[in-house]
Amino acid sequence: MANLSEHTSHDMGMHTEQLEGRTQQVFFSATEEENLVQPFTYDVDFDRATEFDAQEMATGEINAKIKDLMKDGYGTITVRNPGAKHSVAVGILNRLNLVLDGSLGYFGCGLVDGPNIRITGRVGWSCAENMMAGTVVVEKNAGSTFGAAIRGGDLVSKGSVGARTGIDQKGGTIIVGGDTGAFSGFMMQRGRMVVLGNAGKNLGDSMYDGTIYIGGKIADLGVDAVVEEMTPLDCDWLTRKLRLFDLEAPNGVENMTKIVSGKQLWNYDNLEPSEKKLIL
Amino acid sequence: MANANDIDHYLTSDGIDSDREKMIGQTIGYRYDVNLVPDYTRVTPYLQKYIDYMGWPDLNWLEDVHMGYEEGRAAVFDRNINGWVTVPEDIDLPDNQQERDMIARELLVKFQMSPNHPLVELRRAYGKFD
Repeated sequence: MANLSEHTSHDMGMHTEQLEGRTQQVFFSATEEENLVQPFTYDVDFDRATEFDAQEMATGEINAKIKDLMKDGYGTITVRNPGAKHSVAVGILNRLNLVLDGSLGYFGCGLVDGPNIRITGRVGWSCAENMMAGTVVVEKNAGSTFGAAIRGGDLVSKGSVGARTGIDQKGGTIIVGGDTGAFSGFMMQRGRMVVLGNAGKNLGDSMYDGTIYIGGKIADLGVDAVVEEMTPLDCDWLTRKLRLFDLEAPNGVENMTKIVSGKQLWNYDNLEPSEKKLIL
Repeated sequence: MANANDIDHYLTSDGIDSDREKMIGQTIGYRYDVNLVPDYTRVTPYLQKYIDYMGWPDLNWLEDVHMGYEEGRAAVFDRNINGWVTVPEDIDLPDNQQERDMIARELLVKFQMSPNHPLVELRRAYGKFD
């Protein structure tokens, strides 16, 4: 086992520092405008474009190649023949235009924070899981758990997707051009899900917050998912957002069904431990 | 969200309203409407510059950022530090949540992109990759 005391963090006192009360440190200026990206990101130029063929490359080699190209300043990268390999284009924390010309396997584009990614084919399970920011557009169908635990950004499949779409969604927008399977929006906490086709059983089951818009039929609603009236702001937002990705609600956005949390499951609080103790 | 008609409710009171909240001594749920979608007519010039630079067609992840209220102060939640960043007291708050949200988004971007953000130090201390 490595000697942790030799780690840089120990030298910096991060394991011995005692925080008392609220920190009053001023970290930034409200008028500071020169920084538009985090200091550790690569400086890339969208006008510098390149491409490579991934046919004979392993996943690790593909991801390393993308990173090397970003280091060299390329802001537009096309990957030919990704070959449905798993975990391609994960962990990209940079502004970047990335085209994946083909299909991806499981966990494609996971943990990304910033890039605009277009996938010309299909994707397997858990595409863009834990996505933080950026856009990921899949031109065809996607597998189950599409956008699992997504935190932010726009994730789009222009086809249909499998079950448990947006499970544990914590932010961002998931858009499905076709249908979605059972348990979509399960344990959703915030963010928006837009499905232009039909939704399977138990839609929004145990959702804590967030909004689901459905353009077609709903097989049934899950526990604590309720229908709420659409507002003009909802309609404006939907119209604008769908137009960005060349999509359209088949019956008009004003006729979509809006699903939110009924908030009957909001029974968490600091009384719970003592209640449990009494019962025990 | 409780008292949605009074925008200053959580600035002028402790925000503990219902019988259940009084019993447990804390607010149940968020202190702002997490489902409020942005009004794009109110995007600030700085935010427009930011989204243009990132190559996004709209506010993207910032659509989920709202101005919240913490211990009587306007604040914005930073997911990267898992904590609240209080809004400077010399900033006058507009009388509507949409414009307040735009201020919160602008402040959060400036905070996160600052070389003084705690994540920069944490990355230097714990980062395993370039």
